[in-house]
Amino acid sequence: MVGQDLIIEPIKYRVPLSKPKKGVAGKTGFWRTERPVVDKEKCVKCWLCEIYCPVDVIRVEPETGPTIDYDYCKGCGVCSNVCPSGAITMVPEE
Amino acid sequence: MAQTKPRPPLPYNMRDIVLPGDAACPGCPIPMAWKVLAAVFREKMILVIPACCSSVVVGAYPGNSIKASVVHVAFASAAAVASGIAEALKRRGINDVQVIAWAGDGGTADIGMASLSGAAERNHDIIYIMYDNEAYMNTGIQRSSSTPYGAWTTTTPIIGKTEHKKDVARIMIAHGVPYVATASVAYPHDFYAKLQRARRIKGFKFIHLHAPCPTGWRFDPKYTVHIAKLAVETGLWILYEYYDGKIHLSGPSRPYMDPAKRKPVEEYLKLQGRFKKITPEKIEEIKKYAEEYWDWIKRHM
Ligand code: SF4
Ligand code: SF4
Repeated sequence: MVGQDLIIEPIKYRVPLSKPKKGVAGKTGFWRTERPVVDKEKCVKCWLCEIYCPVDVIRVEPETGPTIDYDYCKGCGVCSNVCPSGAITMVPEE
Repeated sequence: MAQTKPRPPLPYNMRDIVLPGDAACPGCPIPMAWKVLAAVFREKMILVIPACCSSVVVGAYPGNSIKASVVHVAFASAAAVASGIAEALKRRGINDVQVIAWAGDGGTADIGMASLSGAAERNHDIIYIMYDNEAYMNTGIQRSSSTPYGAWTTTTPIIGKTEHKKDVARIMIAHGVPYVATASVAYPHDFYAKLQRARRIKGFKFIHLHAPCPTGWRFDPKYTVHIAKLAVETGLWILYEYYDGKIHLSGPSRPYMDPAKRKPVEEYLKLQGRFKKITPEKIEEIKKYAEEYWDWIKRHM
């Protein structure tokens, strides 16, 4: 009986499942027209830029301050807009 | 060096779940909100996503931009599929994974309304999050029933929409579900607290999340958070929770119960290109609608 065979047969073929992967849309840093630059002197380490960054590329550590992964930063400017101390400025990419 | 201050859950818990390099437009509110989901559930969530921007944002095979299980489903069926998954998990005795239906305003207020209503009536143990960018952005900014009064879309008259926004949160309260809340991408700590409360409640939970879209609302992407904040500060978007039969006003919205403390509505509207053609009479109408909404909140507190 074909139907029963289908039911008891375990799946042994490779099922095409998507796996978590960095950069599904490529290196999104190429989209950027403006680059966020952090002035670590002004930074008060409030974490707001990291919390709001839509691409999750900012890491703020109490010891080192914010670092940005420019390979993927899309240059949206949200971080510079939410920063309470004006530590992030957007400079045009050449 | 020893750690002196305790590490706050935000941002430390939200790291490394939403992966960089997704297909979202710059300044998109969707991954911002996912980071808050990640802070609450980490990998232990199953997102059920109907056709919407989010299904594009997670990317196509073989990659997936979020480190969690994602089920892509047809437009009308997010709540139905999520109910099924929640039941299946229950039968298997898996109770540390949260099923989340994540749908846009089109997939909730228009096309998904029937299955949403059914799932709420059966009170399945899921969290339904409607991220509201107030139009069908993915297909080219068409009007949805959640588009606000006076806003331009590609399928409204040139003077803007002539009907008010459908209030889905109030529809869900009328279903008698145990938990309904409104949230905003500009207040991640508030959204985090609401998700923490929702995960402890058994049954159907609904969260209406306000999510400004730079592409569809025609504003500079850097203002995503600023505009979401202004919506709350002008009193147009009210953050509250509903449980135990009562409305509980959330912290960020509490000062704006008093109309004198609210910022002028014009400040919110003038930043957005979709309100370019708005007239003073329409602004009055928007204010009147907001006032009625506040009255309803005050009556049910
Ligand atoms: S510009 Fe946008 S993507 Fe780049 S670090 Fe700032 S918030 Fe993140
Ligand atoms: S928002 Fe500004 S002050 Fe706060 S951590 Fe980021 S750079 Fe520093």
